[in-house]
Amino acid sequence: MNDGNEILRVEGLSKTFKLSKKQQRIERTSQTTRVAVNDLSFCAYPGEIFGLLGPNGAGKTTTLRILATLIKPDCGDAFIEGTSVIRDPEYTRSRIGFLTSDLRMEDFFTPDYLFDFFSTLRKIDPAVAAGRKELLFCRFGINEFAQVKIKNLSSGMKQKASLVLSIVHDPDIIIFDEPTNGLDVITAKLVTDYLEELRAAGKSIVLSTHIFSLVERLCDRVGIIFEGQMVACDTLENICEGSSLEDRFFELYRQAGGEVA
Amino acid sequence: MNHRKSGFYAILKKELYRFFTDKRTVVTTIILPGLMIFIIYSFIGSAMQGFFSVSGDYAPTISAVNLPDSIEAIGQAAGLQTYAASEESIEQVKQQITNGEADLLVVFPKDFDRTIAARESASVGYAPPNVQIYYNSTSSESNTAYGVFSGMLNAYLSSLDTPSFVINQGSAAYDLVSEENATGFMLSSILPLLILIFLFTGGVGVGLESIAGEKERGTIATLLVTTLKRQELALGKVVSLSCIALLAALSSFVGVLLSIPSLLGASGSEIAGTAATLYGVSEYLPLLAVILSTCLLFASLISILSAFAKSVREASTLVLPLMILIMLVAVVGMFQGAQSGPLFFLIPAYNSVQSMVAIFSYSIVPLNLVITIISNLVLTGFCIFVLTRMFNSERIIFSH
Ligand SMILES: Nc1ncnc2c1ncn2[C@@H]1O[C@H](COP(=O)(O)OP(=O)(O)OP(=O)(O)O)[C@@H](O)[C@H]1O
Ligand SMILES: [Mg+2]
Repeated sequence: MNDGNEILRVEGLSKTFKLSKKQQRIERTSQTTRVAVNDLSFCAYPGEIFGLLGPNGAGKTTTLRILATLIKPDCGDAFIEGTSVIRDPEYTRSRIGFLTSDLRMEDFFTPDYLFDFFSTLRKIDPAVAAGRKELLFCRFGINEFAQVKIKNLSSGMKQKASLVLSIVHDPDIIIFDEPTNGLDVITAKLVTDYLEELRAAGKSIVLSTHIFSLVERLCDRVGIIFEGQMVACDTLENICEGSSLEDRFFELYRQAGGEVA
Repeated sequence: MNHRKSGFYAILKKELYRFFTDKRTVVTTIILPGLMIFIIYSFIGSAMQGFFSVSGDYAPTISAVNLPDSIEAIGQAAGLQTYAASEESIEQVKQQITNGEADLLVVFPKDFDRTIAARESASVGYAPPNVQIYYNSTSSESNTAYGVFSGMLNAYLSSLDTPSFVINQGSAAYDLVSEENATGFMLSSILPLLILIFLFTGGVGVGLESIAGEKERGTIATLLVTTLKRQELALGKVVSLSCIALLAALSSFVGVLLSIPSLLGASGSEIAGTAATLYGVSEYLPLLAVILSTCLLFASLISILSAFAKSVREASTLVLPLMILIMLVAVVGMFQGAQSGPLFFLIPAYNSVQSMVAIFSYSIVPLNLVITIISNLVLTGFCIFVLTRMFNSERIIFSH
């Protein structure tokens, strides 16, 4: 591996959650803990789109939340441009943009207000922020809705607004959980096109998904995780070895002991 | 903009903007409490009207020393009944006026009529006799009687060819108001408790919503992935909540002030006027400091509960025991009498009530006051520290 020049290095991340009584009931399990991420390691390189591919509950969201400093791993660490996510979370937060449908916007405000608000939080020069607002609102068709309260926006428009608000600071590293989840085909295309545009502009992107076509269309490299463990991590061609990603995925899945009912 | 603090200001601004542009929250936290208190207290007041108010045919008790014939005649014509009093009884009557048992005491110099008559012929060196009228400005009966009697004297004075006597000259204390009178007593006994309750209840609704609500709706995580410092978030939440709680408390306070006329039979402006004469800067400044520090402490306590709870509903269940505890401690502080040792002033709520009682009754002990304010501020600082830690914990974000 081309050591030293990776933009993100994940080393032996593990995370175990305590399951509440309610969760145990819902998932019909008597286990009191759940290992969400289990000794996970991978690297991402500048200017590429890295995809974390895995089924429901594989630990993708948990991994990305650790990278975004929202939760702390039990052991292991991740390094953004060589800086520890755990020891210097502020640096991480200043370098990344974290996008996920879990991060909601306050219903009461308008996209316009929130853009200014987050720009202030990120200490961005007002003139620069105004220029970026103009640009991004235009790119995502938010202009017309800039003064409409979030609660009155359609869910697609909400997601677009949420995306824009996560990148007010023009981050070099973008962490995106399930980019196209819940979007119609048109909005989904807008988002994937934009991600390609960002890559062309030299940004690095780490995304998670369970959709093969999305990986095939966007990702330079991909890591496949089952039950919190990385079973394969390489460039898309090397992983596929000539067959389709879908076939490869299920082959690995069976090797890992998974069953498709 | 100050870059180091810009996160704090942005949060403060957002919270206040959100509050003031939402008609519903403004009405329910600021307008309604004051209005409710006004309506309820006015209702109670008018139900008790018979006890307190001045009825139309009320006959004031006026005592007069050396009452001259001329004035007695005018008084009788005006339907004013006066009791003759001796010079020896002056102090006793004054005390009665202070206590509200008597309304007015008028002291004429000896030979008033004769001195005035001599004015016509006398030349240089005439010393106009001084009529002394003692009254109590916090009693509406006394005030009315004072108005009527001095009006009558003035009318008599202007009927004379030359102004030949004066009323209430010199710097003697004619207003026999005392801190122990009804108003002062009410202010110093009920008010500290009321202020405390208003400060707490004023912030509760908004406080629970502002953190537990954001947790519940998943909007707080959106803030936490930015470079905003957790401490700035904690400070911004607490300070904005304090501002709102202060306003809400002020509204409740105005409600009380406006309902006083029907509650005590004195007019609100009279009470306000009394308060203005009773207390000066040396009372209001400490009072303000106590109120502000208490308000910050309450806001930070509410914020911690709010951050601890998973939902607004859970938060409102949690806040009830806290409220009861604070009220209990406050009520104990209320009936404790004013002389506790300095160490007691470390106890929150208790110290605020005791300090306010001391301020209203002019018995401020500077050490206790300082302990109160510092104790409140240190506790607030500690709460903000805890809140900051809570914002750093992952439990706050995904605790479901
Ligand atoms: N806060 C939590 N408390 C308890 N268990 C959790 C928590 N967060 C995640 N889990 C569990 O950890 C496992 C991994 O969850 P995670 O959300 O990371 O999976 P995912 O790969 O994102 O799945 P999906 O495709 O469904 O989004 C799941 O079994 C989940 O139930
Ligand atoms: Mg997920």
